[in-house]
Amino acid sequence: MTTHAEHPATTGPRVGRSLGARLRGRQNQNLWFWVFVGPFVAGLVLFIYVPILWSLYLSFFSAYNTVTPTEFVGLDNYIGMLKDPSFRSSLWTFIVFAAFIVPATWALSLGTAIMVNRTRVAQAFFRSVFFIPTACSYVVASLIWKMSIFSGSSTGMLNQALKAMGSDPVLWLSVTDPPWYWLVIVSVRIWLQLGFYMILFIAGLQRISPTLYEAAAIDGATGWQQFRYVTLPLLRPTSTAVILLLIINAFQAFDEFFNILSTMGNYPPYARPPLVYLYYIALGSGQDFGNGSAGAVILTLVIALVAIVQGRIMRLGKED
Amino acid sequence: MAHSTDAFGLSRRQLLSIGGGITAAGALTACGSNTGRADSSASASGGATSGEKVTLSQWYHQYGEEGTQQAVEKYAAAYTKATVKVEWKPGDYDKTTAASLLTDTGPDVFEYGNGPTIDMIKGKQVVDMTDALGDAKSDFNEQIIKRYTFDGKVWAIPQLIDCILLVYRKSMLDAAGIKPPTTLDELVAAARALTKGDVKGLYLGNDGGAGLVGGNLLWGAGFEFLKEDGSFGFDDPKAGAALKTLNTLWTEKVTQMSQDPKDWWAADGFIAGQCAMAMTGLWTFPDIIKGLKDDFGVIPWPAGDGGKATVTMGAYGSCVSARSKNVDAAKEFAKWLWVDQTDSQVDFATAYGYHIPARKSLIGKAKTLQDGPGKDAADAAFAHGHAQTMMLWTPKCQTAFSDGMTRIVKEGADPMKEIATMKPVIEADVKRVLG
Repeated sequence: MTTHAEHPATTGPRVGRSLGARLRGRQNQNLWFWVFVGPFVAGLVLFIYVPILWSLYLSFFSAYNTVTPTEFVGLDNYIGMLKDPSFRSSLWTFIVFAAFIVPATWALSLGTAIMVNRTRVAQAFFRSVFFIPTACSYVVASLIWKMSIFSGSSTGMLNQALKAMGSDPVLWLSVTDPPWYWLVIVSVRIWLQLGFYMILFIAGLQRISPTLYEAAAIDGATGWQQFRYVTLPLLRPTSTAVILLLIINAFQAFDEFFNILSTMGNYPPYARPPLVYLYYIALGSGQDFGNGSAGAVILTLVIALVAIVQGRIMRLGKED
Repeated sequence: MAHSTDAFGLSRRQLLSIGGGITAAGALTACGSNTGRADSSASASGGATSGEKVTLSQWYHQYGEEGTQQAVEKYAAAYTKATVKVEWKPGDYDKTTAASLLTDTGPDVFEYGNGPTIDMIKGKQVVDMTDALGDAKSDFNEQIIKRYTFDGKVWAIPQLIDCILLVYRKSMLDAAGIKPPTTLDELVAAARALTKGDVKGLYLGNDGGAGLVGGNLLWGAGFEFLKEDGSFGFDDPKAGAALKTLNTLWTEKVTQMSQDPKDWWAADGFIAGQCAMAMTGLWTFPDIIKGLKDDFGVIPWPAGDGGKATVTMGAYGSCVSARSKNVDAAKEFAKWLWVDQTDSQVDFATAYGYHIPARKSLIGKAKTLQDGPGKDAADAAFAHGHAQTMMLWTPKCQTAFSDGMTRIVKEGADPMKEIATMKPVIEADVKRVLG
């Protein structure tokens, strides 16, 4: 026969526990929760939430060369930025850029995923080959593209190939007609990002049961029809996630644009995405934190709006 | 039920938490205190005590010429009244310095291209240097001093003067029977005539001169960026026609040349014979002399219709941060080096590439500027020097102008339309800094 004294931890009176013990939770659960999560939360608050809120605060002030401004201007900064033709054209630039790069990357990564998935020989090798560029720094890749492959001087890689074929060298990054710089930027971006989305699609493809393909084949579906009626619909959750990530990434494009097109503190007015423009206004010699923050808030709202609309269109989260 | 314990009577859990704590403490100490920045606590405590030397930090951008870093460290080490720590900043110096001035860990003394910006002055980030210049003010180049002046005060001490001017291959011009151009039309004609095969007539930068010679074209047509009262200075069809010249040269491929990854600030293409004429900086002359000996001449950018020939002049100015903990000591050091130490100034201006000393009385002491192309350049700068930008010309004005220039040169945009687009932006920002 057991006595209460043998199990004091589970049956002893609770009323004697101190406030500290209650806060720490049973078996100090709460304490350990904060020990593990605390550093991450502290970093999140200090480096993400505080700057966002401070930025929001700055956007309502006239803040030149200071992050502790005193002159309240209300919505003037927002109106100024929306009226600024350069800011509007940068928003237009990245809408066009996103409208092109998102479907292109989606299609290319899906195509690559299907091909890699079907390979019988050395499948792991091909997966790695396409995925490795993801580990490459955007800055390094941009500089290689700019200085070596697409260098405008006659010693650049592509220009030497053109010379061997008897053509004149092309100033890839200097001419605007035709706008070769888009080729440079898009190619470096696709090279860097293809592998990541390909892996997501491979994971999605491998979740499709082969019996569905067999059933479709029995019904007489050919390769293209199988793709259209079996693969695509069952890849919808993956597709939605991939497109959402691509859109957000496209709107945040900065590294490759800045490193490829900027020269000695200047940036040309074409192919200038909003983040690059805001960088020069606020963080460059402009030091205009009021307008820069207003622009950043406007950009955030646009991204949020597009993400919500895209989610609604593709019915994110709903069961099919 | 007791937890398992080791020899010290600690439970496993207690042992792990102590070990974790030691590791964390060790990791934090490994962060160390060598931030690379001057120890500000020492200068804070030693500020007012006599006999104790303050520590000042001095920032420079990464000069391209060899030996410059050792030279400035030598000058700093020679200063006895304080310990000066020189920091050599690679990368985008203007932006990192601007950002650091917002904090307490910025420099005490620092150089800034063409002096501090007007927003830095109005935001009280820099200190008035007029009394540091003192009587020597009249010995400095007037254009540069005017560039550094706002509200009747001078806000930086010029360190040395850089020039951008036209160089041309004597042999190529002689072979084509062309004399060195003295007007803009002659320059255009010469550039066209000298564009043969792979050789381009005129190299103005990878962007066809959009970023480099816009100012020269305006000054050559008799206009300035801003008038004396700050109003917009070039809303005129003649200015538009002058700017259009660059587009003509670009579309005819006369100026379409690339020196990737370098740009107009290097003379590699000129030395290699890829272009007959180039607009480049005085600092490239050692390389040009080495490569071409005396097969090159120097001329200012020629005058157009109604203006003057110009040599673009810029100067890094030594400024003192208002947030420095030792403003007076920093100002004293800047004065000592850039006003009093004339030997160091001549050394800095001439021993590492060609530059022009900021003090007029020192030009005679500069050996490199006494004969040959150095002398031609110094004479041209003296006769035709024009400051690169103006005090009221804010970075926003510069962005609007260079956007318009790029569109005019590369996309063939109508210059008058581009001027009409940039005018309200520029006027609004000038009004903001004046008012």
